Amino acid sequence: MPQGDYIELHRKRHGYRLDHFERKRKKEAREVHKRAAYAQKALGIKGKMFAKKRYAEKALMKKTLAMHDESSSRRKVDDKVHDGAIPAYLLDRDTTTRAKVLSNTIKQKRKEKAGKWDVPLPKVRPVAEDEMFRVIRSGKRKTKQWKRMVTKVTFVGRGFTRKPPKYERFIRPTGLRFTKAHVTHPELKCTFNLEIIGIKKNPNGPMYTSLGVVTKGTIIEVNVSELGLVTPAGKVVWGKYAQVTNNPENDGCINAVLLV
Amino acid sequence: MAAMDEGREMNSSNTVMCLLTNAEGEPLGAPLYLPQNAGPPQLQEIVNKLLNNVEKLPYAFYISDQELVVQLGTYLQQNKVSVEKVIRIVYQPQAIFRIRPVNRCSATIAGHTEAVLSVAFSPDGHNLASGSGDTTVRLWDLNTQTPLFTCSGHKNWVLSIAWSPDGKHLVSGSKAGELLTWDPQTGKQSGGPLIGHKKWITGISWEAVHLQAPCRRFVSSSKDGDARIWDISLRKCLICLTGHTLAVTCVKWGGDGMIYTSSQDCTIKVWETSQGKLIRELKGHGHWVNSLALSTEYILRTGAFDHTGKTYSSPEEMKEAALARYNKMKGNAPERLVSGSDDFTMFLWEPAISKHPKARLTGHQQLVNHVYFSPDGQWLASASFDKSVKLWNGITGKFVTSFRGHVGPVYQISWSADSRLLLSGSKDSTLKVWDIRTHKLKQDLPGHADEVFAVDWSPDGEKVASGGKDRVLKLWMN
Repeated sequence: MPQGDYIELHRKRHGYRLDHFERKRKKEAREVHKRAAYAQKALGIKGKMFAKKRYAEKALMKKTLAMHDESSSRRKVDDKVHDGAIPAYLLDRDTTTRAKVLSNTIKQKRKEKAGKWDVPLPKVRPVAEDEMFRVIRSGKRKTKQWKRMVTKVTFVGRGFTRKPPKYERFIRPTGLRFTKAHVTHPELKCTFNLEIIGIKKNPNGPMYTSLGVVTKGTIIEVNVSELGLVTPAGKVVWGKYAQVTNNPENDGCINAVLLV
Repeated sequence: MAAMDEGREMNSSNTVMCLLTNAEGEPLGAPLYLPQNAGPPQLQEIVNKLLNNVEKLPYAFYISDQELVVQLGTYLQQNKVSVEKVIRIVYQPQAIFRIRPVNRCSATIAGHTEAVLSVAFSPDGHNLASGSGDTTVRLWDLNTQTPLFTCSGHKNWVLSIAWSPDGKHLVSGSKAGELLTWDPQTGKQSGGPLIGHKKWITGISWEAVHLQAPCRRFVSSSKDGDARIWDISLRKCLICLTGHTLAVTCVKWGGDGMIYTSSQDCTIKVWETSQGKLIRELKGHGHWVNSLALSTEYILRTGAFDHTGKTYSSPEEMKEAALARYNKMKGNAPERLVSGSDDFTMFLWEPAISKHPKARLTGHQQLVNHVYFSPDGQWLASASFDKSVKLWNGITGKFVTSFRGHVGPVYQISWSADSRLLLSGSKDSTLKVWDIRTHKLKQDLPGHADEVFAVDWSPDGEKVASGGKDRVLKLWMN
């Protein structure tokens, strides 16, 4: 049991000492005198540090007092015209911040075709093959070296089953498989934990895309149906692209930013 | 010969006792035997004859809230109705003109530099105004589809605009709480701002033209919990209707000279207009009341202008024509009021008769944002945040159908002048046109890049205007 807990246990059993509160009051009352005495006595760096600390405390106190004063003093009415006008029937309702209709399906498709992405992370550090894979030696004498294990985070589909060992060239470890990502909406400035639908593109190469490797800069498709985004035609948007912004293999989670 | 006799006998036995009633349930003549091969065209002739209509009017027929489209005999067979009972057939007059559904965007007019918050056609359908978050009101030229005037003067977002029923004035209310009046002919501000409200304006409603001929008075509701009656020629607040403890969300000036206000304090209050006395308090809702609609609202809005496009030279003439239209529309039933609320329900009231609701309309799974009676008062549509638009019988309040298709909350709805089509604008950036007869989606109108905040179908039926968060005003035509 930690030291401090004994006193609590004792208090629980027997209550406070009879003079506890009086002692406490007196100690607090003496504290200011003690500090004043120390402030006068302290010399050198210690004195400087103490003076600085006291000054900060005093400034904070003044600020708080001024803040409380403000409520009684008269202020100008806020009659500025704000942005984001809403009609009278929505004025009293605390509407949740909503995602704007930003998705333009056609535009997104065209971009996809061109293979060019106007993305938050345009350049990524190239990942070499020996960093991406670890060679696994197999065979009775461990002489064969055709097997690889992916050392990065991967996404595998829902109904994935591993191939028989003879045909499984790339092993994607279950410990590094992810199904969800923390996706930030750049305009709403809020983050959602969304399901990953697929890997759209891994900038390191098409093989990594097909393997489902998630590294920094990878474009993933996420399920945004719970965000309630709507297309201009009034349909609910289901999947949207997002770019991974962290190194998932180091952090243990996937952080991404939604592409809008 | 025997065969002929047999045939005749077949005919006589194949009759069915029917009672024709109007929508309120009042019978038209005595029950009569109708041959089973009679269909809607024959019934229409009978009704026209019995009502002594000089001009033949089109009618639709309903048996237990289902439209009769086949011959009576086939209907009886299909629905296994007993021939021994008297069948009540409800006849409902249809508009003698037909409005074609809009299906294309004829113009996308940029101009506003912030979201468009309200759009309104003038009562004659020749002018269009829009209010926006860039603090301006803009008037648009509908023939060339270009901006006509930019009216700046407000200090904050223009939340609501309203045309006077004679089309001579335009009033706009802003988030800063001031009201401005505009002359739609010149686009100039007429007089100074009407100041009195302390918080933003939530709704504006004009006095009907059949109550006072050159339009002078209108009522505005505000977030500060008051409604104020203003006079546009005296340029001052006549009466301040105080009593609500929370924000007033919607205000309507009824055709019988009463003002209805709905509030976030869960009540609806009915006010008298000469001294501003509280007449009734309608209680029932469990949460904010968001929107009100009157069965005569469309007539009150359009005043004397109808589908024929007639113009009136003097205010008296206009008043008379408007009164005739109002009485014809209202019939001998009292004015009905419907309220949509945050408690996901609606109430149908007859405030002139009782303070208890006539019907409670349940079914929505989210708050009801907008309710609207059809121009003939037979239908009632409600837009809800549960992504659906529901259609109800405007007289009894029975549920008819729900229109699904939007993928976001539905913000606003608007009826075509012939009550055959309904338009809805939604957060999902689309507009949809629904067919009332078939209960189907008639037209999907994508095009906006963002939420649609305001829609309006022009009273002459030619155009639809919509505005939203993408800052453009779109005009749709057929």
